Order: sequence, then structure tokens, then C-alpha cells
Amino acid sequence: MQESNVKTTQINPHLEKKFRYPLNGEMVKSFSLPIVILILFLFNSIFTDNFLAATTMWNILLHVSTTALVAIGMTLVIATGGIDLSVGAVMAIGAVVSTFLLDYNIFVIILGTIIICALIGLFNGAIISYIGVQPIVVTLAIMIAGRGIAQVLTDGYLVSFSNPSYEWIGKGKIMEIPVPVILMFLVAITAFIIIRYMTFGRYIEAIGDNEQAAELAGINVKKIKMIVYIAAAVLAALAGMIETARMAAADATRIGELIELDAIAAVVVGGTLMTGGKPFIWGTVFGAILMGIISTTFNMNNIPYSYSLIIKAVIIVGAIYLQRANK
Amino acid sequence: MKSAASHQTNNKLFRNPVMFIQKQGAFIALILLIIFASIKYDNFLTSVNIINILKQNSMIGLVAIGMTFVILMKGIDLSVGSLLALGGVMAASLSSYGILAALLVPILITTFLGCINGWIIAKLKMEPFIVTLAMMIGVRGFIYVFTEEKTVSVAVQHKQFFIDLGNGAFIGIPNSVWIFVITLALASFILHQTKFGRNVYAIGGNEDATRLMGIRVDRMKIMVYALNGALAGFTGILLAGRLGGAAQPVAGNAWELDAIAAVVIGGTLLVGGRGGVFGTFVGVMLLGVVLNVINLQGTLDSWWQPVIRGAFLLAIVIIQAQLMKQQSVFKKKKIEHMQPR
Amino acid sequence: MGTEQLLKMENIVKTFPGVKALKGVELEINKGEVHALMGENGAGKSTLIKILTGVYHHNEGSILLDGQNVTFKTPIEAQLAGISTIYQEVSLIPYLSVTENIFVGREPKTRIGTIDWKKAHKDAAEVLNNMGISIDVKKPVNTYSTALQQMVSIARAISMKAKLVVMDEPTSSLDDKEVEVLFNVIQKLKQENVSIIFVSHRLDEIYKVCDRITILRDGSFVGTWPISELSQNQLIASMIGKSETEAAQLMKMKEAVNKSDEKIVISLKNVKQGTRVTDVSFELRKGEVLGLAGLLGSGRTETAKVIAGVSSPDGGKLTYQENEIQFQSPGHAIKSGVAMCTENRKTEGIIPNMSIRENITLANLKDFSTFGFVSKKKQDKVVNEFIKRMGIKTPNAEQKIKNLSGGNQQKVLLARWLALNPSLLILDEPTRGIDVGAKSEIHSLIDELSKEGLSILLISSEFDELIHNSDRIIVLREGRKIGELTGEKRTQDNIMKVIVENGHSSESYGGEDQYARI
Repeated sequence: MQESNVKTTQINPHLEKKFRYPLNGEMVKSFSLPIVILILFLFNSIFTDNFLAATTMWNILLHVSTTALVAIGMTLVIATGGIDLSVGAVMAIGAVVSTFLLDYNIFVIILGTIIICALIGLFNGAIISYIGVQPIVVTLAIMIAGRGIAQVLTDGYLVSFSNPSYEWIGKGKIMEIPVPVILMFLVAITAFIIIRYMTFGRYIEAIGDNEQAAELAGINVKKIKMIVYIAAAVLAALAGMIETARMAAADATRIGELIELDAIAAVVVGGTLMTGGKPFIWGTVFGAILMGIISTTFNMNNIPYSYSLIIKAVIIVGAIYLQRANK
Repeated sequence: MKSAASHQTNNKLFRNPVMFIQKQGAFIALILLIIFASIKYDNFLTSVNIINILKQNSMIGLVAIGMTFVILMKGIDLSVGSLLALGGVMAASLSSYGILAALLVPILITTFLGCINGWIIAKLKMEPFIVTLAMMIGVRGFIYVFTEEKTVSVAVQHKQFFIDLGNGAFIGIPNSVWIFVITLALASFILHQTKFGRNVYAIGGNEDATRLMGIRVDRMKIMVYALNGALAGFTGILLAGRLGGAAQPVAGNAWELDAIAAVVIGGTLLVGGRGGVFGTFVGVMLLGVVLNVINLQGTLDSWWQPVIRGAFLLAIVIIQAQLMKQQSVFKKKKIEHMQPR
Repeated sequence: MGTEQLLKMENIVKTFPGVKALKGVELEINKGEVHALMGENGAGKSTLIKILTGVYHHNEGSILLDGQNVTFKTPIEAQLAGISTIYQEVSLIPYLSVTENIFVGREPKTRIGTIDWKKAHKDAAEVLNNMGISIDVKKPVNTYSTALQQMVSIARAISMKAKLVVMDEPTSSLDDKEVEVLFNVIQKLKQENVSIIFVSHRLDEIYKVCDRITILRDGSFVGTWPISELSQNQLIASMIGKSETEAAQLMKMKEAVNKSDEKIVISLKNVKQGTRVTDVSFELRKGEVLGLAGLLGSGRTETAKVIAGVSSPDGGKLTYQENEIQFQSPGHAIKSGVAMCTENRKTEGIIPNMSIRENITLANLKDFSTFGFVSKKKQDKVVNEFIKRMGIKTPNAEQKIKNLSGGNQQKVLLARWLALNPSLLILDEPTRGIDVGAKSEIHSLIDELSKEGLSILLISSEFDELIHNSDRIIVLREGRKIGELTGEKRTQDNIMKVIVENGHSSESYGGEDQYARI
């Protein structure tokens, strides 16, 4: 049928203005997450012992930093209309690869790991962009194979080590703030600036919203998609290294297990649509923090981890429902 | 699986070779693999081995059949693994109340949860990926809580029944294989010969058009996800039986991914509207035979299994994607036109 | 056509939040009549149709069908009551067979409850045969051209015993031969006493096939006339609310202006691409508007896509601004000053959730940024100018483009390409699905732009549009240029003559962009 969208803008601009501000629209969306977190925060301060101790605060952020890093990468991927199920496996490969480089100085360790994982991201991006296989299938295959490779490389064993400069990445602090948390914020701020203020961000949004139109408008869609998958892999590598540094051990089987789900949950709760479009970096970060606070709340009140899973599920559904209601 | 009065003429080899390969490619790969394996490994083509392959993959096969329906409808269901475990765990827990309770109640529950999936997806219009993801996480959580992360055993007095169900055989062929094959035939029949089945294809092909044509799309979606839930629950019970009457809380972990892989390899596209359960069967068998061959080879340790499976899945979908590209070029040349009068 | 009344919609009022879309509209359809429904976008045609077909509910008024008062709560109710709709965009299920598409939801059953395929195929073939069409009903419906697919939709309507068939822009994807077939089917329907509501912007078709016409304007009922009593000028005047002389202006042939001493901007020599472009050669000069005429499938859009860098040629030579060149990608073409405005603004044009500002600046975002950082100030400056110049109706530039009407969306897209300051602009069906008012605005724009030195390649399936806007018209058939019309020779009849006299029946009737997509 022909365009029949009711054109309130044309016919009655005054009415349009009245409906622009909350209760529906941008405002509720942007503030609801922090509000929920604040509520949980208050709840915990009252009811949970030791909650307000400074260490607890940083602990929560520390706890979520790896998830948040992976989730930021996932945000970009999902914004282009894709998905990356391989991030957990990439974390594992990153962890394992880093242990091979322990003899070199810290920069080599970090750079080497990032490069190797970036290559995996490149591979993902290439198959998705140039061959046209769907993201979910490609990254699923890499997830299965990648985890296997990580295990083959370590024969299933836990690889422990001692390397102070490496371990500092996971255990160190700068002015009381844990290094991983600083990294998380640095990455988030960088990502936010790029997305919000740079052309790259507009391109990602355009691709997610209408890929064909973006292509015809001269945007190099293939290149941008590749970059996005590489970014996801690099951030996963970073997350893997942080975990490994924290434990001073690389566990090919356990590391990054199920993190893709947590990451996707954080992204979705944070406002970015699964179908693609505008990426919400801070939304993702807050989403990760929310999940973290829930886990901590349950932990500190001695409720089994399993219950938190149920609550997380409810929150995911609730968050998306609100998203849609606000659209 | 196609009757004489077939509803479509679609895949004649010579009319469109590319399309034929794309549709039947996995099948050809399977045949080739079987031939290769029979030649290379003496004990491949033995009845023991073949039955073993079938038996080991019948459960994932059942799950994949249900997944086929969902994917045909352009949806996805990540919760099947958790629902499977739930089925097993509930059956074991309720076994002390009798076999009927142990069989019926779990399936009712998983069906109900499937309904919820379908309802949220259809009525609240939320993405299937997210909804079933949430269900997967939530149900798994519930299972851990409920079982306190311990395996649940079937009550002693009924244990044998479950073991027979999951592990028994009928004229030499394991029960689970019978169930798999029968379900396969049933599914194929439904998809090709009933309104319900055709509606599934229709919704996957063009949901809006289907709605306009008067089909109750929302109801269909709920039913398909419910069906999937039922099948998952049932499979969970079978699995518990297979494991000696013990239901593990971690059962079915990642099965949804294997099921998706099997469906995709079998040629059913994630964009819905095309494909079928025969393809899924081939996909399941292909993955199963690959693993079997790895085992027979014996030289690779078990860590390589997922690598090979992943690489295999990747190779197949890349080939499929390339074939699709060829096909669309091919189709452009051969459009049917109106005969001028 | 008898004068027995089938449908009477009376005093229909429909309000949406903040807008009164229909202010007491009436519509009366007789049995066996073809009734045109016309009006600008926003006039209320779509709303009225949606009320009739059960998508919306009216707030006031009544609907009488065969003398009975009816209200349809869902589309299915309307269908079961005998009102079927054929949509502009094909609403079929691509991979299911023709038979299935005709019978979805109503498949004939065997005694045991399964589908009786034999009967289904037989019945499907019968319905189509009665329409004068014989095809293999077992094949997937997307192996057939758009025109045939539309016939399948109509077959479904017939098999559902439709009394009234609403056709919404049914010819927008059809070429002339296919339109003939459609009109034949319409005649057959008339003979069966089936009524048709024909919604279209194409005046020549309306005059050809319709008996009466109802015009709406701004949500109000303007009038109903037998088509023979309403001249084209009167029609347009009633639709846009202007005088008849102003309406006549819209149809005039463009003044012949000779541009042969201007520089050649682009020339194609024996360009070949894929299966649709076999051998195309032509030149376009600075400030010239070159119209590209041809039936669907003649290769016009495909040629344009080669020029714009969307596809690469398999042979031939392309010379742009005196350099032989082959654009590797749309981006490459854009950087060189070649812009193409595609025919499907919904799928290939707008970024729906982005604002007008962002949509306009998307193709050359770099020009509005420093070191990769986008400057809203720079954007606003250019964007506001365009909004003013092109008359884009919006309260501000931050509106999401998806909320605009089709005509305004098209203007935004044009602004996007104009913002590039291109040397060559390709317009592919720029006024498809757009009402007369917006259409004339776009036509004036084309005129202005060419006077400012922009070269324009205009592709349109409406000969009137080509004649009104082009300095020269070339005609493509089967992917090659078969004729050129200049000066006084630019008439509708001449274009048809060129097409008919050159070339043969093996020409495909599949639409250029309507071939089966996998």
C-alpha cells in the first residue's frame, strides 16, 4: 500500500511537540537502567551486610569488566545486524596464546595475543562479508572449533605461570582502582566517542538499519563489518588476558564459558536492537553492571547462583519489552 | 519422502543442477563420506557400528527435528537444551509417583514453557533469539536450584522401565532409533501433507502475506514452539533412561547449537520458508558419521572433535553460500514468462 | 456494467491521534464496474481502503455491502465477505507453489484430513485458465515474473469468490504488455459481475479501463464522475485543488533545447553487463536531461547500475569526463561525481530510523567532518538549505525519515544526492508512488538543476514524465538502444512505435528488478 503513515508533523505540528517528552521516548529509555541499578544499590546497602564497603564496589566493577569488554565488542557487531557467538572461544585462544609468549616482554605478550585474535575476527568478518554466510552460523562454527583448538593447544590442562608484569593487568591497581576496571572505562569511553561523534558510528548505524541503502550511499559495508568483527575479537582477547592475568593461569576449558550469552544479554538490556541500528555503548556497560550487581546481591546473601540465572532471564525479557514499548 | 502427487516440482537434477546440489548437497556429501569410510575402515560398515551411530545421534536428531519446524518458520529456539534437561529431571523426580506421572507431567511442563516462548514471541512481538535465550538461562537456573546441582535418579521401582525405554531394543534396533525414525516420518508427513505443515512454510516464507491470507499466525507460532518444547522434554526423558535412569542437571548443554548446525547443514535456511526434515536427518547423520570416522581413525585425541565439527560446519555453509550465489545468477536467466497471445 | 449497487460507504469518518484522516467520505460501487479511486498522498485513499478491507475501523459512518450493513474487524472477515485486495508489493509466499499460494488456509482436503494435492493443482490450473493464463501451477511462484505473480493474487481472489477486488497500484511493476494482460483479466472480471476498485496515479490507465472515478482531497470527498465526463485537466485540478490551466502545465512537453555544443559528460560504447545489458551506447552532455524509455526488462536500471558503480560491465567502454573508467563500487562513483537515486526508496534508499539530517549527509559524510568527527553545524547549514529549497515538509531536520510521506522521503533522498554536488545524476523512477503535487515539485527541480548545468539521466516507465522533462529520449529494448527522439518527435506514440518496430518477441517480460531473488 502507498505510504499512509499518519503525518502528524505535516498536519498538526503543535500536537507533535506535546508528545515529544516522557512518559514515552528517549528519556525513559536512557535513564531507566541507571535507575534500576540505583535501586538495587540502595536495596543492597540496607539489606546486605558489608555491601557499602569500598572493596565491594570495585569488586563488582572488577567482576563485570571482562564481560563488559566483550559486550562492547558485541554491541558493535549486533548494531550492524550481526552476532558473534565465538567471543568466548576467542577469549580462550587469547588466554592460551598469551601463555606461549610469557618469555617475552609484556608488550609482546599483549600485542601478540591481540594480533592472533584479531586474525580470527578478520576470518569471521571475511566469511560473513565476502562469502555471505550468516553471522550466527559462522561464529557458531568458530565457537565450536575455536574452543577445541584452545583445548588441543593445552591438552586440556590448566596452564599456570608466574609473570608479575602480566599479572598486574588482572590484579594491579592504579590509585585503588583495579586495572581491569580502568581498561573497561577507557575502552567504553573510546568506543562511545567513536560511535557518537565519528563517521564510523554513523556508518555502523546505517548498515544496521538498512544495509542495502548504506551500500548504495557509498559506504564500504564489507570493510566496516570486518572492522567490527575484528574489534569484537580484539576485545575478547583483552578480556581473556585480564582473566588469565587475574588467575595467573589459562584455563582453556572454562575461560569465557557462556560469556557470549552474558554479553548479548548486556547489549540487549542496554538498548541496542538485535536487528541492528544505533549502538548504545553505555547502555551495554550498565547492562553488564546490572547483571554483575545481581550476581553479587545473590552471592552476598548466600542465595545460590542458580537463582540469579532465573532473575537474569526475567530481566532480559523485561528490558526488551520495555524497549519495544518505548519505541 | 515425496509422494507421487507432489506439491511442488522443484528439484529436477537436469533442469537446475546448481539448485539440485544445494538442496541435496549434504546428502551427496554423506554418501561420499560413507563410501570413503567403508573403504578405509573395516569395521565401519558393520551393523554394530551403523546402529551405534544411529543410536548415539537419535536424541540430538529428535531435538533437531523440532528445531527444523522452528527454523522453517523463521524462528529459533535456544531453550531446547534446558527444556530437555528439565524433562529428564522432572521425570526422575516424579518417578516415585508412578510411570504415568513421570512421563506425562514433565512433557506437559515443557510444552507449557514452549507455549510461553511462542506467546511472548508472537503476542509481545519479541525476537525469538532473545526470548528463547532467556528461557534457556532461566530454566537452567531453575534446574540447578531444584536439583541442588546433583543428578536425580529415577525411583528404584521404575528404573528398569526407563532404562528399557532409553536403552532397550526392538527386533535388534534400539528404541531410540525407532523413535527417531518414526518421528522423522511423522514430521515429514506433517510438513508436506497437512495444513499445519504448509502453514509453517508459509509463515517462514512471507509472514505478512500469510497473515493477510487469513492464517492465524500467532496461534501457529505458539503451537510450533510448544511442539518443540514437548519434543525436547520427551527427549530428556529418553536421555535419562539411556543414562541408566539418571537425569543430569547439565543434560542437553549446547544441544541447541548442535541442532541448529544439523538443520543448517541439511539445507534448511535460517531465513525460513525452505528446507525440510529429511535435510535435517542428513545433517545429523553427517555430523554423526564424521565423529564416528574420527573415532575409528583413533589417532586424534578427543580434543580434536569439536575442531573438526566446527570446521566441517563451516566448510559446508561456505559451500552452500557459494552455491546460492551461483543459483541466483542461474535463475535470472531462466525466468518463466507469460506467453503472448 | 449494470447499475446495481454493490457497495456503499457513507459518511466515513476516521480519526487518528491528532489527525482527522477521513472527514465524512462516501464511496459507491456498482456491480461489474471498474471504479477509480484517486487523490494525492494524504488525501485518504489508503485509509478508506484499509477501512473497507478490515485493517482499520471507522469511527463514524456505515458500510453497506449487497444491502447489508457490515463492519469488518479483521482482513479475513473482509475476504470472506467477498472483498479481496491485490497489493502494490506482491503479497505471496515466494517458495511455495502457485497452487499453494492460491489455496493457503483453504486447501482442499481428502477424506482423512490431509491435503488433496491433486485436486488443489487441478482447481488452481482451472482458475488461471479461465483468466487466460496457463502455467505450471506446481512451480514455486517466484519463478514467475511479477506480472504473473499478480495474476496469481487475482486468481486467489477469484477462487475466494470475490465480489469486489481492490487493486492498489497494480501496474506499477508491469510493462505495457503485462498491463494489457491485466486489463484483459479485468474485463473478464467485469463480465462475471465482479467490481474493481482501481487505485492508481497513472492517468492514461485510469482513462483506459475505468468506468467511474471518485476523487478525495485532504480527507474529504470531492466527487464521483463517470470517467467520460471528466477531462484530464479537470481531474488533476480536482485532485490538487488548483485551476485547470495550472493542471495543464503539468503535462506539457519540455521545450526543445539543443545541447549539442556542450561538453560530453559521459558516454557509453557497446556496454554489456549480465543478461540484461547487451549493447548500449549513448552520450550525455552537460546540462542535458536524457530520458531513458523502454519496457520493463529492457535493461535501463541495469545500465544505470553499471554507470553508478553498483555492477561492473562485462564489456564495452565507459568514458566519464574524458577518462575511460570503470567504477568499482558505488563509493567510487560517488567520489567521482556520479550519483544514482534508485527506484526503491524503501529498500534501497532511506535509512528509516535516522533523521532527515543524517540521511541527507550520509553519502558524503566526510565532507561534513574533520578528522573523522562529524560536525553537526556543517550538516545543519547544508541540510536546512535543502529543506527549504526542496520544500520538504517537516517541523525540523531531526525527524526520523520513516515518519515522512513518500513524496517527502523522495525529496530527502534527492537532497542526499544533490548534496554531493554531482556532475551526473541518475534518477530511476523518481516519482513512483508519489502524488501529483509532489511530482510537479520534483519535475520543477529537475528543470532547475539541468539549467544549472547538472546532467541528468531520467529513467521512467511513464512516457508523459519522460516527455515533460527530457531534452532527448532514447529507447532501450532487450538491452540495446533502438532509437532516439529529439525535438518535436518526443511523443508517446513515437516512443511506442520505436519499441514495437524494433526487436522481437523473445523479449522477456520479467521485470528488471523483479526477477526471482534467492
